[in-house]
Amino acid sequence: MAHHRHTRSRQTRPSGSAETLAQGLGWFSLALGAAELFGARSMARWLGMEGNERLIRAYGAREIATGIGILTQRDPTPWIWGRVAGDALDLATLGNALRDRHSHHDRVAVAFGAVAGVTVLDVVCANALTGQEPQPRRYFDYSDRSGLPRPPQQMRGAARDFEVPRDMRIPDAMRPYKEPQRPGRPQPSM
Amino acid sequence: MKALRWHGKEDIRCESVPDPQIEDPRDAIIKVTSCAICGSDLHLYDHFMPGMQKGDIMGHETMGEVVETGSSIKNLKVGDRVVIPFTIICGECEQCRRGNFSVCERTNRNANLAAKAFGHTTAGLFGYTHLTGGYPGGQAEYLRVPYADATHIKVPKGIPDEKLLFLSDIFPTGWQAAVQCDIEPTDTVAIWGAGPVGQMAIRSALLLGAKQVIAIDYVPERLSMAQAGGATTINFKEESVIERLNELTKGKGPEKCIDAVGLEAHVSMKHPDTVLDRAKQAVMLESDRPHVLREMMYVCRPAGVLSVPGVYGGLLDKIPFGAMMNKGLTIRTGQTHVNRWTDDLLRRIEEGQIDPSFVITHTVGLEEGPEMYKKFRDKQDGCIKVVLKPN
Ligand SMILES: NC(=O)c1ccc[n+]([C@@H]2O[C@H](COP(=O)([O-])OP(=O)(O)OC[C@H]3O[C@@H](n4cnc5c(N)ncnc54)[C@H](O)[C@@H]3O)[C@@H](O)[C@H]2O)c1
Ligand SMILES: [Zn+2]
Ligand SMILES: [Zn+2]
Repeated sequence: MAHHRHTRSRQTRPSGSAETLAQGLGWFSLALGAAELFGARSMARWLGMEGNERLIRAYGAREIATGIGILTQRDPTPWIWGRVAGDALDLATLGNALRDRHSHHDRVAVAFGAVAGVTVLDVVCANALTGQEPQPRRYFDYSDRSGLPRPPQQMRGAARDFEVPRDMRIPDAMRPYKEPQRPGRPQPSM
Repeated sequence: MKALRWHGKEDIRCESVPDPQIEDPRDAIIKVTSCAICGSDLHLYDHFMPGMQKGDIMGHETMGEVVETGSSIKNLKVGDRVVIPFTIICGECEQCRRGNFSVCERTNRNANLAAKAFGHTTAGLFGYTHLTGGYPGGQAEYLRVPYADATHIKVPKGIPDEKLLFLSDIFPTGWQAAVQCDIEPTDTVAIWGAGPVGQMAIRSALLLGAKQVIAIDYVPERLSMAQAGGATTINFKEESVIERLNELTKGKGPEKCIDAVGLEAHVSMKHPDTVLDRAKQAVMLESDRPHVLREMMYVCRPAGVLSVPGVYGGLLDKIPFGAMMNKGLTIRTGQTHVNRWTDDLLRRIEEGQIDPSFVITHTVGLEEGPEMYKKFRDKQDGCIKVVLKPN
């Protein structure tokens, strides 16, 4: 059995551009947060969402906390993911407002579009920081590693001697139906 | 001795620690000849499982030689060769007597913690969070085995470690995953995740006689290894899993579905639910990423079975339980009852029905452990299973 071992370092951690984007999003959080916190009343009026000032202020506080997290922590990744969660909350709130008769639908739609746009940036950034996307990499062919003494087709059912314990069997009634063996008595298979 | 210790997220170090001592008459000390890194270790490495403490010794797939036994141990002697199951078992409690070893009622020394988290305690596990007892693990030169008279699998000399080591966990885990499906000769078994557990599940489903085995992953070499075991493969980054599974089953869906992925399912823009899960995880609104469970519940044939060896830790959102209920699906899950299967599986290895060493891609010394964690997690360098040689 061939044991492949060769050393090549491959970068999977934050790339420079993702970190720059993260910084930008951090400042954006601070700015939006401040606007929501201190301009909640006019924002609510503009959107036709009067009565939601408290909620908007709370969202503002959330934005500021995330912004500080992104800008001050060594690893901004969880904070960027936090932004994504926040975006989802914003979108849900605006989505509800779209269904509300009293809100200014055209303006809410604009806000929705803007948040959706930023959400895309947040997800791209979070993904890049997390390094989850597969890198271009060398392919290893393991198609000779079956672990079986004969080709798989010949090994099918080789362990049918094994009896499944009672507590792991499916009820007879849920087994696939076989043709009745004796006339008049349909039987579950096996 | 040298051991791999957890110090925080993505921070495993090979360090010197005091040798383990016999603490109880039922203990034994093992000199470790081989141990392995498991997908479950990655959940600790990435710090998605709560209950780890700085300095904890990792590892739960271990084998070696008995070097010391406690005064009450009668069935083990110095020099015996043993594989250590990852579940610590007393062998006497009601659950152990039923063969439900992974929920042994006695071996978790933090039983009250576990009961708080899960309602009732589960078994003690090696190298795996303080919720399951905080027992030092086996990625070390020596291991203390509590309840050693029950917690061992005696193996004959003359068979290489590589063929036997996985009796400790992944082979019985893949086996139980397939057994829980109660496979019929007409069944299609779909398996999410072609990591080591998925690979063992593929072989087990084939040996137990499934008509068709389908493996789902995106890592090319893992898919090639799945094909070697007789599976048809689906690359979830290139194709729609639901569509392909329905195609391969004449529109009816697979009868049996196995989740060999667990709480760290992939995250990608193509599947928006995964992005939302990842975001919620970051702000602690959700502990796990259950994309695979959602897919299985949706695609499984009515009256089918879901088998879940993949590990989950806590709270999961947006579970399509309506599909689950209305289709009358059965779900079976749990940490593996290792010793329930190992006599039978050891015989199959001895008879040559299967050689579990096919999954090993890297064998290194203990000092290289920390970098292998990263390589295994990031699926670099063709890495599928890492074996460490501490001595
Ligand atoms: N029940 C038990 O007793 C037991 C024992 C051992 C391991 N486990 C668990 O089994 C799981 C797998 O372990 P492993 O060692 O094979 O780990 P692994 O991390 O090597 O394998 C997981 C595989 O799942 C793939 N994957 C990720 N997202 C996916 C998706 N959406 N669809 C399909 N595939 C996807 C990954 O690419 C990877 O190949 C882990 O959760 C581990 O904790 C459970
Ligand atoms: Zn494991
Ligand atoms: Zn017990």
